[in-house]
Amino acid sequence: MKVPVSITVNGRRHEHEVEPRLLLVHFIRVLAEQTGTKIGCDTSQCGACTVLIDGVAAKSCTTLAVQADGAEVTTIEGLADGEQLHPLQESFWNKHGLQCGFCTPGMILAAHELLRTNASPSEAEIRHGLEGNLCRCTGYQNIVRAVQDAAGAAADRK
Amino acid sequence: MFAADFDYYRADSVAAAGRLLAEHPGAKLLAGGHSLIPLLKLRLSAPAAVIDIGRIAELRGISVDGGTLRIGALTTHAEIAASADVQRHARALAEAAGQIGDPAVRNRGTIGGNIAHADPASDLPTVLQALGATLDIAGPHGERPVGIDGFFQGVMTTALAADDLLTAIRIPTAGQSQGSAYVKFPHPASRYAVIGVAASLTSGTGGGWRTVLTPGASRETVCSNASVAIGGLVPAPARCGAVEQALAGKPLSDETFAEAAAAVGGDLGDDLLGDVFASGEYRKAVAPVYVRRALAAAASRVG
Ligand SMILES: Cc1cc2nc3c(=O)[nH]c(=O)nc-3n(C[C@H](O)[C@H](O)[C@H](O)COP(=O)(O)OP(=O)(O)OC[C@H]3O[C@@H](n4cnc5c(N)ncnc54)[C@H](O)[C@@H]3O)c2cc1C
Ligand code: FES
Ligand code: FES
Repeated sequence: MKVPVSITVNGRRHEHEVEPRLLLVHFIRVLAEQTGTKIGCDTSQCGACTVLIDGVAAKSCTTLAVQADGAEVTTIEGLADGEQLHPLQESFWNKHGLQCGFCTPGMILAAHELLRTNASPSEAEIRHGLEGNLCRCTGYQNIVRAVQDAAGAAADRK
Repeated sequence: MFAADFDYYRADSVAAAGRLLAEHPGAKLLAGGHSLIPLLKLRLSAPAAVIDIGRIAELRGISVDGGTLRIGALTTHAEIAASADVQRHARALAEAAGQIGDPAVRNRGTIGGNIAHADPASDLPTVLQALGATLDIAGPHGERPVGIDGFFQGVMTTALAADDLLTAIRIPTAGQSQGSAYVKFPHPASRYAVIGVAASLTSGTGGGWRTVLTPGASRETVCSNASVAIGGLVPAPARCGAVEQALAGKPLSDETFAEAAAAVGGDLGDDLLGDVFASGEYRKAVAPVYVRRALAAAASRVG
């Protein structure tokens, strides 16, 4: 069986007939050709595949494309406003919140979710909020600093 | 990883889901997918058809009516954790929902899916057991209320039939002098419960906590009503009758909690669950610590 789905990825609508078993992460990477979203564990543990579905963070390796039919999906490619990086991207850059960068797209979207629900998190709340995202390189310190920096920048802008 | 191929149907109402279940025997319902999709990907489950109930609006939402808190089966863990109504009327449930997995999991996973899946390491079954929930279940012959006692029958086994659909969870709202808490030993990798304890304690003169005035002694509150459940180390959440009995009529004190918690061994039975991280024997040995903490936390909230 094939099912028609229409998913808007980073502002562009993609319409395809897909097998219901197709995962959202494969829809994004293969059909929408947005390969910033990574597949790490493929078992919903690592968060590398985190994207926003209608603005809310989800693990796209544990979501079927059919479940996102009609939704707006935002991936790391969709965060920047043209040449203008998103404040979280700026902060990860400035605070060196990455090494190999594999976890970074998911980490930034998980951080986006945290700041959406808690605009000025404490350090403990940042660590707790990023619980679903694993990084094999950084030891997390600079990731936490990057999120603190982004939260601070958002507060300054107010 | 790819699931085995399956046919996909989307239901837009409970009635439509019922019709689809009748048309496709053996079909699996899909809510948030955060238990089912991993199973499909590992091919531990390979249904011919999947019926997506995730968009049925009537299954979503939280309301309070008189003495009852009603939560639609599709309400997510994140919505439950953030709900002022749940925090006020069923504190242990909000507390447990907020500790499930991680934020992205809580955004997708639903209370109905969590209960129907009945993973022994899940958090919500234990809480609903302690809070005396009633489940509304729609089946081929209409909707029926089912009490939580006896609903969980073993590892991933419940009283739900293959063509049943859980529509809502109803919980009696906490009384004035009632406090509840959920305390969990999370698995360090998965965050699932190695041990989870839910406790609900009630005070009041006569039927509840009683203030005893002993000449010369300070005012003491005693417990006459306790409901305690444990999960994670047993195949299905267990009511802790021995702990509850040890609390009855006793003062609200750390000594009472330690003494009552020590009785939990008698509530666990012989079928203990363990894994490479924590054996059944280890879990049994540390269980009293979590029971004690849950009792103390619940008591601190008795209003
Ligand atoms: C990484 C990760 C960590 C997790 N950690 C925890 C944790 O710490 N604690 C915890 O408790 N859980 C945890 N979970 C499980 C999570 O809570 C699931 O979301 C939940 O168990 C299932 O809910 P769902 O809506 O995703 O259900 P689905 O996966 O859609 O469905 C699960 C099962 O329930 C059935 N079902 C669903 N809805 C209904 C209904 N209304 N009526 C009848 N049957 C129904 C389905 O047919 C299926 O068999 C975790 C999951 C993941 C992926
Ligand atoms: S790839 Fe989805 S959580 Fe790891
Ligand atoms: S930077 Fe390499 S995994 Fe995080």
